[in-house]
Amino acid sequence: MPDLLREYLPIAIFFGLAIVLAIILTLSAIIVAVRRPDPEKLSAYECGFNAFDDARMKFDVRFYLVAILFIIFDLEVAFLFPWAASFQHVGLFGFWSMMVFLAVLTIGFVYEWRKGALEWA
Amino acid sequence: MVIATLAFYLFSAVAVASALMVVLSRNPVHSVLWLILTFFSAAGLFVILGAEFVAMLLVIVYVGAVMVLFLFVVMMMDVDFAELKSGMSKYVRIGSLIGLVILIELLMATGYWSGWIVADMAPDMRAAVTPALEETQNTIALGSILYTQYVYLFQAAGLVLLVAMIGAIVLTMRHRKDVKRQSIVGQIYRDADKAVEMIDVKPGQGL
Repeated sequence: MPDLLREYLPIAIFFGLAIVLAIILTLSAIIVAVRRPDPEKLSAYECGFNAFDDARMKFDVRFYLVAILFIIFDLEVAFLFPWAASFQHVGLFGFWSMMVFLAVLTIGFVYEWRKGALEWA
Repeated sequence: MVIATLAFYLFSAVAVASALMVVLSRNPVHSVLWLILTFFSAAGLFVILGAEFVAMLLVIVYVGAVMVLFLFVVMMMDVDFAELKSGMSKYVRIGSLIGLVILIELLMATGYWSGWIVADMAPDMRAAVTPALEETQNTIALGSILYTQYVYLFQAAGLVLLVAMIGAIVLTMRHRKDVKRQSIVGQIYRDADKAVEMIDVKPGQGL
């Protein structure tokens, strides 16, 4: 087990560097930057008139559809990784079991294509 | 080994703290960001356990895809913070009840519940860990049983994905009639000879 973790040491070092760098940049902005706030500077400026609506508007539900279709095919690919890695061990049965899995998802893909779920408009 | 222990406590502390912040933060978008941190810490814990593939899957699928979906769902709601806060006291009772049920289920699944074993097979299944890293890699060990020994569960996973795909399309698809769509077949079969027409315009008449 320590061998495995030793391989992850560079990643841990990178993580530590990233965190330290992020903290340094944020803190230096707080310490060094000149800050003299007044109400005019802090108020929202929108082409001369006051903001008349909240920036948080509802998203279209189609974004959700695209995201969930992406997740499904992401999971399909996630299943392919161990299959490809252990291709020598699973034999013909493992091969065909993956083919059936892919066929089932291809049915869904054809349905989605024919239904026009991938078209934006 | 000391470093591994330290890393374990670091990741678990971050996981617990950020999981608390998911519940406690007022802004739902911030909750989603804290949840991302929780998933990252869980991935770190998986790496310490030696389950590399699951750790990478957690980063790719959960952080990369599921969190995007959560953000979309949060953005699709009408985010009214005052209203969200007022509901807190109403749901605290049912929420803690659900939490209690999940805690009991977890204790039962690990097999130990105040000394006596509830699920007989749970300790055995936990004892049957992955083979040592010297023998085989984590991903290969997973793949060599997933597609043969657990083929029914694997196919069931495929069917669940199919149901999710069709369900999402049925629930959210609606074609808008008022937009003009591009007809690619029509474009390809457009004939250049018929598309251009010569018109002899008489002087002083116009078209």
